[in-house]
Amino acid sequence: MSKVLMKGNEAMALAAIKAGVEAFYGYPITPQNELPEYMSKHMAEHDRVFVQSESEVAAINMVYGAAGAGARVMTSSSSPGIALKQEGISYIAGAELPAVIINVMRGGPGLGGIQPSQGDYKQITRGGGNGDYYLYSLAPESLQEAVDLIKEAFDIADYFRNPVMIAVDGLIGQMMEPVDFDHPVPKWDLPPKTWAADGNRKNGREKNIINSLYLDPAVLEQHNLKLKAKYDEMKRDHQRYEMINMESADIVIVAFGSTARIARTAVEILADNGIRCGIIRPIAIFPFPTNAFDEIPDHVKDILVVEMNTGQMVDDVRLADKCRRNIHFYGRVGGIVPEAEEIVEQVMTIVGGDN
Amino acid sequence: MPDVKTVYKKSPGLTDYTLTYCPGCTHGIIHKLVADSLVELDLLDRAIGISSVGCSALNYDFFSCDMVQVAHGRAPAAATGIKRVRPDAILFTYQGDGDLASIGIAEAIHAAHRSENITIVFVNNAIYGMTGGQMAPTTLIGQKTTTSPDGRDAKTTGLPLKISEMMATIPGATYVERVSVHDPKHVNKAKKALKKAFEIQNNKQGFSLIEFISTCPVNWGMTPKDAIDWAVENMIPYYPLGVFKDATKEDDAQ
Repeated sequence: MSKVLMKGNEAMALAAIKAGVEAFYGYPITPQNELPEYMSKHMAEHDRVFVQSESEVAAINMVYGAAGAGARVMTSSSSPGIALKQEGISYIAGAELPAVIINVMRGGPGLGGIQPSQGDYKQITRGGGNGDYYLYSLAPESLQEAVDLIKEAFDIADYFRNPVMIAVDGLIGQMMEPVDFDHPVPKWDLPPKTWAADGNRKNGREKNIINSLYLDPAVLEQHNLKLKAKYDEMKRDHQRYEMINMESADIVIVAFGSTARIARTAVEILADNGIRCGIIRPIAIFPFPTNAFDEIPDHVKDILVVEMNTGQMVDDVRLADKCRRNIHFYGRVGGIVPEAEEIVEQVMTIVGGDN
Repeated sequence: MPDVKTVYKKSPGLTDYTLTYCPGCTHGIIHKLVADSLVELDLLDRAIGISSVGCSALNYDFFSCDMVQVAHGRAPAAATGIKRVRPDAILFTYQGDGDLASIGIAEAIHAAHRSENITIVFVNNAIYGMTGGQMAPTTLIGQKTTTSPDGRDAKTTGLPLKISEMMATIPGATYVERVSVHDPKHVNKAKKALKKAFEIQNNKQGFSLIEFISTCPVNWGMTPKDAIDWAVENMIPYYPLGVFKDATKEDDAQ
């Protein structure tokens, strides 16, 4: 099919509709408002559910309920709103329910700003709420990739019975790009949701219970270990990353989302100046692409982490690199997007310096 | 062998789990009424109950229908999420006064505001039971709790919240009634109210809330009998029984 020109937030909404989302529950917050606005118009056309909730807290609990009833369900928000949803996200993970959550990140902490940011990296990759759990978290760099990943995210959520976070920044939410909605994505093998509490027991099935409460420590420990096995499987078999320009690289940038895209331009400028720079682009930020660091050529001695925050991913890069290389960091914050030239300058300094 | 006639039995809407409630509290009666109402209306295999946080947190094991345990105060939101995608299911939340009148007041109000086609079973015992007897928004003036050890003082804690009266002012609310289970006559009346609420839901007529005046002998520091008497003498005068809103009648009038 031919490509259509769409705004990021609207393209992500349509991708979810194409993926068969049955219900959207959300609360207004900038810079993601076009997403629920699109849903409010188009979900009804598909005979599906849209509710503008009274709060982010209510929205995520509506998601919890619908997911427990076996529906494909999603919500979207932006950083302060995602912080409010953490209680519900923890319950969704604890009760082993599938759901898709889109975070169009803006600056923080607190009310912060409304311009693009990657300041929720730690919150996203560490679970975010109380207890031992993680979200399978995807960080697309373009609208096409966002659309493709959202279409697949519902399968991933169903497969793991765990929430999936789509982490983009305000830049991706607000920009327009041509998108092909029929671009094929992997289909996961999914069992029927026989566990759903959907109020349909006419066929005589036993009652189903959706729950995250285990008062017996021995039972809760087993539950925690069962969840851990899922996260271990994600780390072992489902890392996602792109290696760019790596074979010939003398220095490597690690960047995700919009920042990775800007780094691509920086790499082109650097090539024109005779500097061979590669990029590790985490597509999933949880599980972190630790395997990618084993594929970096041995002669590379420096890694530059570039983010729109104050260095939240640096710890993960250090752990994945296992002290093999010097780790440098460059970030812009407050809603300021780094220019390719700024990244070029950082690389030049490292390559030309004594690091 | 003489003829044996069953005159009373456990509701098939309840499982064989041993209830976790303290002796003499009225949760057991209210559970039985909810279960019986669903069974008698033939709604049990379409029912989904929402367990909230508080003494009733574990009642997902007690009802024999599908059950969903949720975060503190969020039961009406979770019920909304389910009902919208499974409109043929019969949704009830089971919430105490800490859960509904305090932390979950926004979710309760907005479920009524949207006239969600769900039924809230609201159990008001004027105290936080499970956490050990702290003051609730519904605690009476002068009532001693672990966080109002000298008795609730209106000057610093305000006046007890009248949930049914408040919910009745919400345009989207269809049916709101306050009942009590302190004697057989009132138990029968309470069951009628519950059945009416479930029928309203089954007819897709919108939001219903049944408030139960309940007791907490352990945290009130009374025998079960004294607790019943205290509820009748102190709670019912402040929280009068009756129908506060019945939009199905208003519909008939129009």
